[in-house]
Parts: sequence; structure tokens; C-alpha cells
Amino acid sequence: MVEFNLPANSRVTRGQAHKAAAGAKRVKRFKIYRFDPDSGENPRVDTYEVDLDTCGPMVLDALIKIKNEMDSTLTFRRSCREGVCGSCAFNIDGTNTLACTKPIREIRGDVKVYPLPHMPVIKDLVPDLSVPYAQYASIEPWLKSDTPAPTAERLQSIEERRELDGMWECILCFCCQTSCPSYWWNGDRYLGPAILLQAYRWIADSRDEAKGERLDNVDDPFRLYRCHTIMNCTNTCPKHLNPGKAIASIKHLLLKRR
Amino acid sequence: MPDDTRPLSPHLQVYRPQITSMLSITHRATGVFLAFAALLLAYWLASAAYGPEAFNRAQEFLESWFGRLVLFAFTFSLFYHMCNGIRHLGWDALWGFELPTLRVTGVLVIIISMSLTVFSWLMAYGHTDKL
Repeated sequence: MVEFNLPANSRVTRGQAHKAAAGAKRVKRFKIYRFDPDSGENPRVDTYEVDLDTCGPMVLDALIKIKNEMDSTLTFRRSCREGVCGSCAFNIDGTNTLACTKPIREIRGDVKVYPLPHMPVIKDLVPDLSVPYAQYASIEPWLKSDTPAPTAERLQSIEERRELDGMWECILCFCCQTSCPSYWWNGDRYLGPAILLQAYRWIADSRDEAKGERLDNVDDPFRLYRCHTIMNCTNTCPKHLNPGKAIASIKHLLLKRR
Repeated sequence: MPDDTRPLSPHLQVYRPQITSMLSITHRATGVFLAFAALLLAYWLASAAYGPEAFNRAQEFLESWFGRLVLFAFTFSLFYHMCNGIRHLGWDALWGFELPTLRVTGVLVIIISMSLTVFSWLMAYGHTDKL
């Protein structure tokens, strides 16, 4: 359902300010969303002054510095710090991206860091991703084949393999998923850009033998057709993939099949 | 497990307006407005069929500053919805999905629909002595 305002328990209040050490020259302010499930209080935005002279270049470097040196209670997911694991996806400076590949210098003014939009928050910058994960499972993201398994690899031509480029690179960070207004309003029934990109990744795979079944599964007014080609997904993807085009490709195949 | 006590993270409140989503919501808004404008058009035609008195009343409203504002919005909505509709047709044929293309066609939709609106009104005022 479309609900423009945040529920009463989700309204963000002003939080604490943490000053940089005296003598810091290049100070950048980070405004970070905080929510402590044990406090019973509403979420708040805390401000941290970070000395850029003693900080790495990326937003993730600043988050880690804050956690190490200023406030160890700050909670966020991170792992690879090089854009391949998809853990540190946040809403940074108004759009969704990975903190580890977002340079601080690209951001003018204060650096605002929020959790991925329109998701239940477990703590601070950590959203509950169980719905998108369940949606991912619903498209059965594995190779399906009725023919007996060959003794060697299942071969593809260079052209067949090329079809998967721009899809296998997806790291399931859900930046696109949570940038989509349609997913905000209908996330319980609409699969969303990240999941539909994966659905098409298997539909387009020459080795897969369940193409018809997969198309049947997504051919639904909500699961697929809540996509109105808004294109925030493609606009925000930190891996420069094109979920919007993948969704259009599924619609195209369904039309051709008719 | 979904837990209702968890707060919902901010969405519209923090997401920076994107050219992609702004053009999309404008497409929908103009579409809704056109549906109402179609009723206005029907009223105008019906008044003409009803008789001179009814027609004059309709004309009076449409020529008032408010009526003209509505007609101006009608014209812009029509051109915007048409131009962006062509963009949608391209997408249905799997054309124009690359980010640079997306931005160029988006800006073109704005420029062309505004130009067509202004051009239509210049034409309209050029053919009447009533201002």
C-alpha cells in the first residue's frame, strides 16, 4: 500500500553530536541513522565529525573509523571492502550505493547515511532482508534440467554465454530493490528489480530447461507487472547493471509467447 | 521473521529526487489529469449540443483566467504524456534502456513537450483578437 509518511515508531529524531579531536583540519560531518532496539526509543540521526586527514577515501573507511575511534555501538554490515560482497549497501547522500566504493570526496556537504529505504530496521544501518531473500528463493535460482546430466560440462557457445553478461555480476546488495518506489509500495507482492534480474538470468540461460515454467511463475500483475519502468534501479546500481532492461526483456518474452 | 515493532527505514524522506522517478511520476500525474480533462472536454461538447446559453456559460468559464490555466495544464499534460508515451513504446521494444540514452530521452521529453505547449498557445493567440 502507498503510505507516504513514516509510521509513528519510525519517525527520526535528532541524536547526539560527536566532535572531532582538537586540531583536526579537514573535518567532514557524517549524519548517520541510529536505531537501538533495546532502548524502546525512536530512531535518531547522530552526527560525527571525522578528520579526513586520518581517514581512508571511501565512506566505508569513515564508518569503520567512527566505529573504531568514536562510537563502538555503531552497527553496520560490511565484509569485502571492494564492491563484490554487497554487504555495505546503504542510502548514502540520497541514493543507494555501496559504502566501500563511494568516495567521500564525491559528496558535497554533510554525508548522510541511512539504511536501505523502506525496510524494517534491525539495528542502526542493518535492515531485515528476509523478504527479498524469500522472494529470491521463490524464483528458484538454480539450473533446472530434465535431460540426463552430461559426463562433462554443459557447454555454451560464446553468444549464449554473452547473454548472461550484465546479470551474473549482480551481488544482491539490494540497492536497486530498495530504490524502487513500486517496491516501496508493493514490496510484499512485487518481486522487485534485483529478483527479476535474477529471474531473467535463469530464463536467458541456454542450459536451463525450465524457461516456460519460469515465465509462468513471474507472469503476474504484481510479481512482474508492478514494474512501471521508473528506472531508479538502473540509475542507482553500484555495479552498473541494468535491472530495468532485464525486466523489460521478461515482459518482451511473455508478449512473444502469447 | 518479520517483526512489526521494527521501525521502517526512511524512503521518500531521504531519497534524492532522480530524473528517472520524477519523469515517471509526472507521467502518471499527467495521465490522471488528462482523465479529468477529458470530462471537461465532454462537458464543453455537451454544452454546445445543449444550446447557446449553456455553451456561453462553458465558454465563459474556459475563457476566465482559471479556465485558461486549466486548459494550459491540459495542453502540457497532453504533450508530456504523448512524448513520454513514445519513450515507453521504445522501452516496450527494448530500445533506450542504457543510462545515457535514458537521460537524453528524458530531457528531450521535457524540452519537446514544453515547446509544443508554448507553440500551441502562440498559435491559438495568433488566431484570435481576444486576449
